[in-house]
Amino acid sequence: MPEALQALNSGVPVSWYLILSAVLFALGVGGFMLRRSIITVFMCIELMLNAVNLSFVTFSNQHKLVSGHIFTFFVMVVAAAEAAVGLAIILTVFKNRGTLNIDEISSLKN
Amino acid sequence: MQHLWLIPALPFLGFLINGIFGRKLPKSLITAVAVASVLLSFGWVMKVFMTAGDLGATPVTEHYFTWIRSGQFQVGWDFTVDKLTMIMLMIVTGIGSLIHIYATGYMAHEEGYYRFFAYLNLFMFFMLDLVLAANYLILFVGWEGVGLCSYLLIGFYFVKQSATTAGNKAFIVNRIGDFGFSLAMFLIVVNFGTLDFTQVFSAAPGKPVGTLTAIALLLLLGACGKSAQIPLYVWLPDAMEGPTPVSALIHAATMVTAGVYMCTRSAAIFTHAPAAMETVAIVGLATAVFAATIGLAQNDIKKVFAYSTVSQLGYMFLGVGVGAFSAGIWHLMTHAFFKALLFLGAGSVIHACHGEQDMRHMGGLKKYAPVTFWTLLTAALAISGIPPFAGFWSKDAILVAAYQHAPWMFWVGAVTAGMTAFYVFRAMFLTFFGEYRGHGHPHESPVSMWGPLAALAVLSLVGGYLFNVPKILEGMFPIAEEPDNPMLLTVSIGVGVLGILTAYYMYVVNKELPERIASSFSGLYNVVYNKYFVDEIYDATVVNPVIAGSTTVLWHGMDQGVIDGIVNGVGTESKSIGGLLKQLQSGNIRSYATWVVLGAVALLIVMGVSAMGFAAGVGR
Repeated sequence: MPEALQALNSGVPVSWYLILSAVLFALGVGGFMLRRSIITVFMCIELMLNAVNLSFVTFSNQHKLVSGHIFTFFVMVVAAAEAAVGLAIILTVFKNRGTLNIDEISSLKN
Repeated sequence: MQHLWLIPALPFLGFLINGIFGRKLPKSLITAVAVASVLLSFGWVMKVFMTAGDLGATPVTEHYFTWIRSGQFQVGWDFTVDKLTMIMLMIVTGIGSLIHIYATGYMAHEEGYYRFFAYLNLFMFFMLDLVLAANYLILFVGWEGVGLCSYLLIGFYFVKQSATTAGNKAFIVNRIGDFGFSLAMFLIVVNFGTLDFTQVFSAAPGKPVGTLTAIALLLLLGACGKSAQIPLYVWLPDAMEGPTPVSALIHAATMVTAGVYMCTRSAAIFTHAPAAMETVAIVGLATAVFAATIGLAQNDIKKVFAYSTVSQLGYMFLGVGVGAFSAGIWHLMTHAFFKALLFLGAGSVIHACHGEQDMRHMGGLKKYAPVTFWTLLTAALAISGIPPFAGFWSKDAILVAAYQHAPWMFWVGAVTAGMTAFYVFRAMFLTFFGEYRGHGHPHESPVSMWGPLAALAVLSLVGGYLFNVPKILEGMFPIAEEPDNPMLLTVSIGVGVLGILTAYYMYVVNKELPERIASSFSGLYNVVYNKYFVDEIYDATVVNPVIAGSTTVLWHGMDQGVIDGIVNGVGTESKSIGGLLKQLQSGNIRSYATWVVLGAVALLIVMGVSAMGFAAGVGR
């Protein structure tokens, strides 16, 4: 195990991980803002969460601190719960409205 | 321990029982509770009187608990009994018992029987608290309490508009007096640091005259409200809207004399403020004359006696003002006897005439209601100052004291005494002589009503001679030297007899004469008949401006303009600001997302800038 870690540390620089994380996050943000389908928006949210997870583990490894891992687990648990609730809501919305276009679902206004 | 607290506590217990459960209790039980509580209280006063020893040398003082403590200042719930208190206690509980018994007969067929007796017992509680108090604040508690009960009982027939208005009037006019009383208490606290009677009175001689005069004048203002003196007397005649036993107990015998009692209690302050004493005497004398002249021309039997009460209270203040405190208390006591009797008798007359109060519709009642007639005659002779009836002794004592102070006061007082005799006997002749002019068949009252009348008649006959108050109070107040001046005695009896004879001539012998006098002096007669238009003057100068000011400035200006304006303005402003922010809530989820992202970016920029600033600061 220590060999693998050393390989990781020596092989790929930290900045690459962070750049990957940032790119994933930016993709998530862009999709979140631009796409019309709720499913896609939902997936973009998951993408952002996982991008953050990636940067957490990166820093955790860099500083040799375990708290980054623990944060990651928390985020995963939250994401799982969110997926359960979110998918249920999406399902109900689709049943009642027959559409998943985000611009048409605005009945909370007024 | 004499357990003085029992004296007011017993009527209070009666109030609680009748007030809380009275609606469901049978009438006999209500009567028993109401009368027994006052009788027991009277009994306890007697017990204290018998066992307390020499009250003049050693007053009984009991401390129950400390009510207020603030730094050096302390007010305790203290009761004290000295000779003055003992006299007042006997008057209040004794007369109170008689009137309670009378009321069981008078009110027998009235709605709200339990309510009436609950209020009456509550009144007894507050009055006894007032009398027993050992400091000004406890006295003030009773003072306000009796005012409350007076208000409740004047407005007892609350479906009658005039009764509720009269109750309000009494309450509001008394507020003016109580304002003065409060200010007096504040001045006492500031200057003496205590409200305790013994401490205040022992320190009073050392204080500057100006301070004492201010305190005494403010106390007098309070007394003017409670005891119906000029300029605050206007509520008392209207207070006759209440049931007659209330008029007798509260508005003749006890509550209205509280002002006289309070001034006498504060004698140590008054005697060191000569200007205030002079004011008391003049106010008293002016009220006595003024009210007596109004009494000459009234037709409502209760109104006649009401103005007579105002006038007699003026006498008491005259006594206090000329320094004859004990004579004032003497008159207070005899007045309690004969005026309670006059009112109870009037109640009996009204009862006999089926609720008629106008004397022009009475007459000839002598043969229908003989007991009422004879007892009422005793009271009338007593108030006219005919020896040996009770009123003679006390009235003479006051007039003699007034003569020593200033002879003109004696002469004015004597003329007033003549007028008093005249209007009381005018009422007697109109009511009991001639032919019956009313409707229905007049009848005598039940024994529960004429029993107390008889007891009071005996007191009105011998009460003045038997209880020589100035002798009893000799240690507390200097006794006036009885001057050997038979002229004074002759005058004071003479005017009484003259008044009675004039009334006899005008209302029995020559019945057309009053009409002729009224028509030939119609201007003067109308002014007196309409009570000098005092109520109208007060309406025009005080009441209406206050109402107008309250309506335009306070109601429309302050309340609707400023207060409602602020409240509504806050609401409208919030709404319009909210209307601006509302634009953000487009309902478009992607625009929300954009806002979130922009917010995050803004946050990042702020953090980045501050981090750079921090780094620069460290680097330098």
